[in-house]
Amino acid sequence: MSARSSIRRAPLLTIYAALVFAFIYLPIVVLILYSFNRDGVGGFPPRHFTFEWYRQLFADGPIWDSVLNSLIVAAGSVALALILGLLAALALDRASFPGKALFRRLVLLPLILPGIITGLSLLMLAVFAGAQLSLLTVFLGHGTALISVATTELFAGLQKTDRAQEEASLDLGATPWQTFWRITLPNLKLSLIAAGLLIFTLSMDEIAVTFFLIGRDNTLPLEIWGRLRRGITPEINAVSTLIFALSVVLIVIWYRLRTRSLGAEAQELLERP
Amino acid sequence: MYSRAYKTLVSLPPLVWVGLFLLLPYALMFAHSFWAVREGMVVHEWNLQNFKTLYSNPVYLAVLFRTMRIAASVTIFSLLLGYPLAYYLSFHAGARKELLYQLVIVPLWVSYLVRGYAWKTILGSEGILNGFLQYVHLTHEPVAFLLYSPFAVVLMLTHIYTPFVFLPIYASLEHIPRPLVEASQDLGAGSAQTFFRVILPLSIPGLLAGATFAFVLSLGDFLAPLLVGGASGTMIANVVQSLFGAAFDWPLGAAIAVCILIITISLLFLSERVEKRWSFK
Amino acid sequence: MSSSAANSLNETSAAPGALLEAREVVKHFGKIQVLKGVSLNIASGEFLTLLGESGSGKTTLLRLVAGFEQPTAGEIWMGGERLDTLPPHKRRVNTVFQHYALFPHLSVRENVAYGLRVKKTAAREIGGRVDEALRLVKMQDFAASRPAKLSGGQQQRVALARALVNRPQLLLLDEPLSALDANLRKQMQGELKALQREIGITFLFVTHDQEEAMALSDRIALLRDGALEQVASPREIYKHPATAYTAQFIGQTNLLRGEIHRSIVTCGVLRWPVENEDGPAIFSLRPEAIRICADGKRQTNEVKFRGAVRQQIYSGASELLEVDCGSSQLLRVRLTACGPLTGESEFVFSLADAIRVKE
Repeated sequence: MSARSSIRRAPLLTIYAALVFAFIYLPIVVLILYSFNRDGVGGFPPRHFTFEWYRQLFADGPIWDSVLNSLIVAAGSVALALILGLLAALALDRASFPGKALFRRLVLLPLILPGIITGLSLLMLAVFAGAQLSLLTVFLGHGTALISVATTELFAGLQKTDRAQEEASLDLGATPWQTFWRITLPNLKLSLIAAGLLIFTLSMDEIAVTFFLIGRDNTLPLEIWGRLRRGITPEINAVSTLIFALSVVLIVIWYRLRTRSLGAEAQELLERP
Repeated sequence: MYSRAYKTLVSLPPLVWVGLFLLLPYALMFAHSFWAVREGMVVHEWNLQNFKTLYSNPVYLAVLFRTMRIAASVTIFSLLLGYPLAYYLSFHAGARKELLYQLVIVPLWVSYLVRGYAWKTILGSEGILNGFLQYVHLTHEPVAFLLYSPFAVVLMLTHIYTPFVFLPIYASLEHIPRPLVEASQDLGAGSAQTFFRVILPLSIPGLLAGATFAFVLSLGDFLAPLLVGGASGTMIANVVQSLFGAAFDWPLGAAIAVCILIITISLLFLSERVEKRWSFK
Repeated sequence: MSSSAANSLNETSAAPGALLEAREVVKHFGKIQVLKGVSLNIASGEFLTLLGESGSGKTTLLRLVAGFEQPTAGEIWMGGERLDTLPPHKRRVNTVFQHYALFPHLSVRENVAYGLRVKKTAAREIGGRVDEALRLVKMQDFAASRPAKLSGGQQQRVALARALVNRPQLLLLDEPLSALDANLRKQMQGELKALQREIGITFLFVTHDQEEAMALSDRIALLRDGALEQVASPREIYKHPATAYTAQFIGQTNLLRGEIHRSIVTCGVLRWPVENEDGPAIFSLRPEAIRICADGKRQTNEVKFRGAVRQQIYSGASELLEVDCGSSQLLRVRLTACGPLTGESEFVFSLADAIRVKE
């Protein structure tokens, strides 16, 4: 209905909204611009376009080591978070047990708690267990924090699936195990990919929790953080620009997948006269 | 429809994980807050000294209040920016709504560090904003308070959390059935009256959710002060961070962290209660 | 526009007593033309129904009068003044929405009082008028309830009260009974009709249900693909449908297609004299106009035919027969209490009941 009714103009609001958009994007635009600026990070206006900083970036060994570390951690986090998140989503959707409400809140807590709390509490666990801080502790930290993201996405995906399909499968003689692999999981395919993309991006960018769990090997955000202590160069702009560009691509794909998995319902709503 | 075995199988692993990696760590942190440090080592002597220190030390209290003021400012400004944006998208954006929505949420998930770093380069004395102001001859020398001040922290965090605040408000607004808006106009209310009598009340759950997120996350933020806060912009989480670092006093740090945790959970709980009272089906 | 020009416009097209006039109203949604130049007058105090299938444009027309859409071309006038240039909140028109659109965060009383509050009516007056409106729809006991606690029928009454309390010049009703179950629907139809008679406000009612339209309306405006097919009272539209579409949409009919030659029309096996020119013609013959010819005699103004009963559907008060007249011409005949029929029978109908209709 709303698609067909006339939208009334509100010029002041439109201008304000545009300004808010500008506020959200301007710093990033500026960051990207200055990654091509020969004369450094400050001053105005930027002169002398150059790729020098990108060249430096690509020759920078430690950065790429940290990228590799981040990739390893991210890949592991995706696997861990998706598996546990899927189980948690299934449990929340289908099982009832004492303490379920508490369980749901605990699972979702890392999403809304400041990273320092999650980071510190896990640090204390590591010390308690006598574990050395390393990429492993970082991986466990990311996985734990990001289960909440996986659970949320997959739970939403489960709610959208047609329960009758599973019932039909059982009715036709499949075991619950077969039903899970043949019916439930394929229905969740889009949600799983979407959740995986988001978790990957968040893990690559994660800094607050990582801060307290990092050992000798840096992840990319922490490598940059260390550089910042030593002084700013546009090389950091360059790597930030690349991070931003990649994140945007992944996020847009994530969003498209998500709306596609909710797609049919939304399409219907838009087409009803 | 689901057997006990199925339900147990799906519930057990996440339960175990949550117990091991969430409950246990919180318990440890809680325990630490009652312990003490002696000669550079943490000793398990149960006492309330840490909390007494917190309560009586004026430095800690000052930082805590500054943190609350910063968090409150961030929340207010994020709302002032995020609500009108959500309203515009929901009611006035028409065909471009989908595209604009993507444009808003993308920065939300893009690296915190990248965005914080951007502000660092903009606000400094040699930074881009100062350069711009001098270029257009609005100022003749660098404006100092832009960087390494509470102002900078508020600015950066508002930038980070405006999309965060936008999301639940937009969801709330989208849930308002359009016939309600038409009914209000039909009964004689113009745009402003319709907004205050119908739209705003029905968007309160989203507004509260967004505001709570922004406040709670700003409260516990330690990275923004390190990037752009300087000495005058330190927040309570930095105190905790240094107590776990150079100032080695884990018990005291844990005590402050526990306080932050309690404040956070209380706010979330309170907010949820009020949201429920303001949700109508 | 100068006042003399405005006056002359008024004089040329205003029908006496017309409250609302739609003049050549056109509406496009993108490339789709939903209303194709509709002109319609509604008299003050009238109960007029816009009837049509989905997509016929009836809801669009209603929304244009309410103000939620703007006409692409054409004008709408009410009480001698231009209506379509006013925003919805300035029009003296109120709407009862299809799904009621009650404000969930307000009580029933506050919902009904909304229109009065918004116009800054004195608090004392609000109380009295709200009570009066609630009594009118028999919902005075529910004043403090929230809409979520009410049934569909109850919500509908509150929506009605909320609109009526403002004493609009025109009340728009957008398929208000379609969400109710059959029995409740019939009951509400009766109440709605009585209410309209009692308060005398002009009603513009939209529905796709032709029985509902027949039961409630003073006049029916049948819309088809964005254009008016016929506007007439229920009796008139039933007895003298203008087109084949109307004849089939309202009630049931037999459409007899045939050829007129030398003042005799031939439709399949049926032949009878007419006073029209030669050429193709369509006639509408209602099933209830045909009866069994018991004595085998035919009057001069009647047409007789034979046929075999293929199907007989009993529905209590009457029976519907499907009669095969030969060369695959099937006619539907409605009879009261004839008992099961077998084999061939003779049927007869009056010439006057075969109404000529346009395509």
